[in-house]
Formats: sequence, C-alpha cells, structure tokens
Amino acid sequence: MRLTLRIWRQPDAEAPGAMRTYEVEDISPDMSFLEMLDTLNEALILQGEEPVAFDHDCREGICGACGMVINGQAHGPERTTACQLHMRHFADGDTIDVEPWRAAAFPVVRDLMVDRSAFDRIIEAGGYVTAPTGSAPEAHATPVPKPDADTAFAHAECIGCGACVAACPNGSAMLFTSAKVNHLGSLPQGAPERDTRVLDMVDQMDAEGFGGCTLAGECATACPKGIPLPSISAMNREFLRASRRR
Amino acid sequence: MAVTGLAMLLYLIAHMLGNLKVFFGPDEMNGYAHWLRTIGEPVLHHEWFLWIVRFGLLAAVVLHGVSAYQLSRRDLAARPVKYAHARRRASYATRTMRWGGVIVALFVVWHLLDLTTGTVNPRGESGHPYENIVATFDTWYGDTIYIVAMLAVGLHIRHGFWSAAQTLGAGSPGRARALKATANILALVLTAGFLSVPLAVMTGVVS
Ligand code: HEM
Ligand code: FES
Repeated sequence: MRLTLRIWRQPDAEAPGAMRTYEVEDISPDMSFLEMLDTLNEALILQGEEPVAFDHDCREGICGACGMVINGQAHGPERTTACQLHMRHFADGDTIDVEPWRAAAFPVVRDLMVDRSAFDRIIEAGGYVTAPTGSAPEAHATPVPKPDADTAFAHAECIGCGACVAACPNGSAMLFTSAKVNHLGSLPQGAPERDTRVLDMVDQMDAEGFGGCTLAGECATACPKGIPLPSISAMNREFLRASRRR
Repeated sequence: MAVTGLAMLLYLIAHMLGNLKVFFGPDEMNGYAHWLRTIGEPVLHHEWFLWIVRFGLLAAVVLHGVSAYQLSRRDLAARPVKYAHARRRASYATRTMRWGGVIVALFVVWHLLDLTTGTVNPRGESGHPYENIVATFDTWYGDTIYIVAMLAVGLHIRHGFWSAAQTLGAGSPGRARALKATANILALVLTAGFLSVPLAVMTGVVS
C-alpha cells in the first residue's frame, strides 16, 4: 500500500506544532498502525530527520500506552487500540490524518505523545483499596456474587489510554473515572473506601481541568475496552449517595 | 442543570395541556385562564399562586442559564486546541443544546411580551387570551417564531431529559432504551401539543 500521512509534528511542549505531510510506500495490509509509523520513522531516520514520537509499549492492546487520533477518531476507525489497528482497514492511496489526544489536561510532550499523568493523579486520589498485601488470599475467603464480579471485571478492563477524553467534545474524563469507581465500588474489598473514593476522585478530576459530561456518548463509542456509557450514570449515583452521607 | 431543567419540563407539560383548552372555544380558554389566578383561594390571595409559580420559574431559568454558561466555559477550556480532522459528532439534538437553549430563552422573552404583557401582541387585551392567541397566529411572524421555537424546545428536551436522567444517576444498561424512549416521547408530545395551536389557527380550525 501507498499512503499519504498528515501528522502533527511538535518538537516539544513549548514549541508550536503543525501538520506535516509524508508519503509512505510498501505498507503491508497486515501491519499494525504503529508498524506503519515504524516504517515511516525508519525512512525519516535514513533521511536524517527526527522520527515521529509516539507512545507504545505492549503492542497487544492491553497496556494503554499507545493512543492517537486517526482521521478524527480516537484509535482510528475500529474499536481497538492504535497498536491493534491493522492497515487492512485503510485503502491504498488513502490520506490519513494523525493527531495527538487534544485536551487541556493532556499537554503535548512531543509530536503524538501527551502527558497523561492527570489520570495517575485521579487514581492516586482514590482508585485503590487499602488491603493488606502479601501472598494471594484464599479465593473463598471473600465471596463475591457473580453479577458483582462481572460488573467489577467489565470496568477493570479500562487500560487508561485516554481515548474517552480525546473523543469527548468537552475533553471530559468521566468515563475513565467511572470505570475505576464502578470496578472497586462493586467489590467487598472496595467497600470501606466507597464514599471517599468517588468524592476524592471526582474532585481530582475537576482539579485537573477536564471538561464536564454532557452525555454526548462519544467516549463509550471510542473506548477500545467497551466501558459502557451508563457507567457514568452509575458514578453519578455513587457521587450523590456519598455526598448525602458526608 | 438537571434539577432546574426537569422543573421547567414539568411546567411545560402543564402549560401544553392548558393550551389545548383553545380547542374548546373562547369561554373555556378564558375561563381556564381566570381559574389559574384563583388557585389556592381563599388561603392565597388572588393571583398569588401564579406569582409563586412565576418566581419559581424565573429562578429555574436563571440557574439553568448560569449553570449552562459555567459548564460551557469549562468544556470549551478543556479542549483548547481543536482537531485538524474535524468529524461530525453526536446527534443533532446533542450538538444544538447550547444554541438551542439560547433560542428558547430569547423565545421566552418574546412570548412574555406577546401573551403575558401583550406589548407586542396585535390585540393584547388582558383577560382575553383566546383572542390574543388568534391575533398572534394570524400574523406570519407570530407563526414563524412559535414554530421554530417549539422545534427547538423539542430538540432540547430530547437530549435534556436523557441527560438529566444520567446526571441524577437514573441510568443503567438495562434502562437505557426506556429512558431514550421516554425522552423521545416527551419531546414529540410536547412539540406536537404546542404546535397544534398555531397550526389550528393557520388552518382556520380555531378562529
Ligand atoms: C435559558 C434558556 C436555556 C439555555 C441557555 C439552556 C441551555 C442548556 C445547556 C447548555 C444544557 C446542557 C447541555 C448538555 O447537557 O448537553 C441544558 C440542559 C438541559 N436543559 Fe436547558 N437551556 C435553556 C432552557 C431550557 C428549558 C426551557 C428547559 C425546559 C424544558 C430546559 C431543559 C433542560 C434539561 C432537562 C437539561 C438537561 C440537564 C442535564 O444534562 O443534567 N432547558 N440546557
Ligand atoms: S501499546 Fe499497549 S495498548 Fe497499544
């Protein structure tokens, strides 16, 4: 395949950036989007140019490191991560726009890399359980009803990639925050900190400069892990409940 | 947003049903308007109930507008750099909440000057709402303003009701369809009910 790429280039956080156009050739439809960018970068290095910086780690869709807006969609046209998006979803001769996540709370570090430590600070505010560590406890020690375990697991799937924020017209982090609140809130291990968790995490989320949720639903459509939109309403329920008891 | 929006929504339902009195003739309509001013008597003075509702509504409109402004400021600040590859997002009702709300607010001002104070009404006779309604809808601009505004109200409620339910924590995967359907039915019934009045005057059913 032969493609035209228009990629956001920005040397560092302070410098202004711009979309730059590149041509790539010999792209196999079996390559992932990141492998396609690797091919471009090899060519750029040979030409003595700076390669395009982008985050990546596992390249198997489980770590949440990769993420870029491809043709206006977070992680591109398929419901998966950029590392698991294959070039067969594009046609020979296509022009593809590649941009970093755009949010005040996710400043661009360089090219397609953004600083997502705002997410870490939301987790630090309450996205944990105070449990004694050590060897794994006996599985029968704390019984969890199956529906609760399923709810918890569905939300634990969040990999914190930030696609929800990137896709939201308001740059809101409600889906991300709700995933952790619902994950821990539906388990007995999470019960002792249930109230402070949601209040503190939402406070932190607001302090980071994420926008508010207007239920546009773009986040849930973009989420590679399928965290559903009603999770936000479940977090609002938790928040109202905790506010009443405060 | 959610609480004030839902309060206004309850008012709109009552208002729409009251407007349908116009189909039973001038005596029914004008009598109903008079009765509204007597609710609560003798405990409340004449028109007191009406003024309580008016203050409640004013508070709701102001708080709703102020929260909409604050929310919008925040949301716009959270995405300072736009995407170069813009893509049409969300439904029409969702995308038009801000401007739709402003249109509805402007309409409310016109509406009060038209049928409450009578200032811009071609007839504007107090105590005769039936005749004033017919007079308004005998003008092309009256019809246009009301029809556009009612379509805007319908769209605003379509997204607003669904959104308010989620904000108040009523949403769940199992209830998503029922809530969407309720929002659509409310929007449709209110828009159709309100629109029936100008359409009836335009077609001569009410004159
Ligand atoms: C002063 C004029 C108005 C303005 C500027 C305005 C603006 C807005 C805005 C910006 C939102 C948030 C949009 C979103 O969540 O996506 C909203 C939500 C809403 N509006 Fe209005 N609106 C106005 C009048 C009305 C009226 C007359 C009603 C009565 C039916 C209403 C009912 C609602 C409801 C129920 C919501 C949802 C609240 C939520 O999401 O929690 N609005 N409005
Ligand atoms: S690199 Fe780990 S999810 Fe894409």
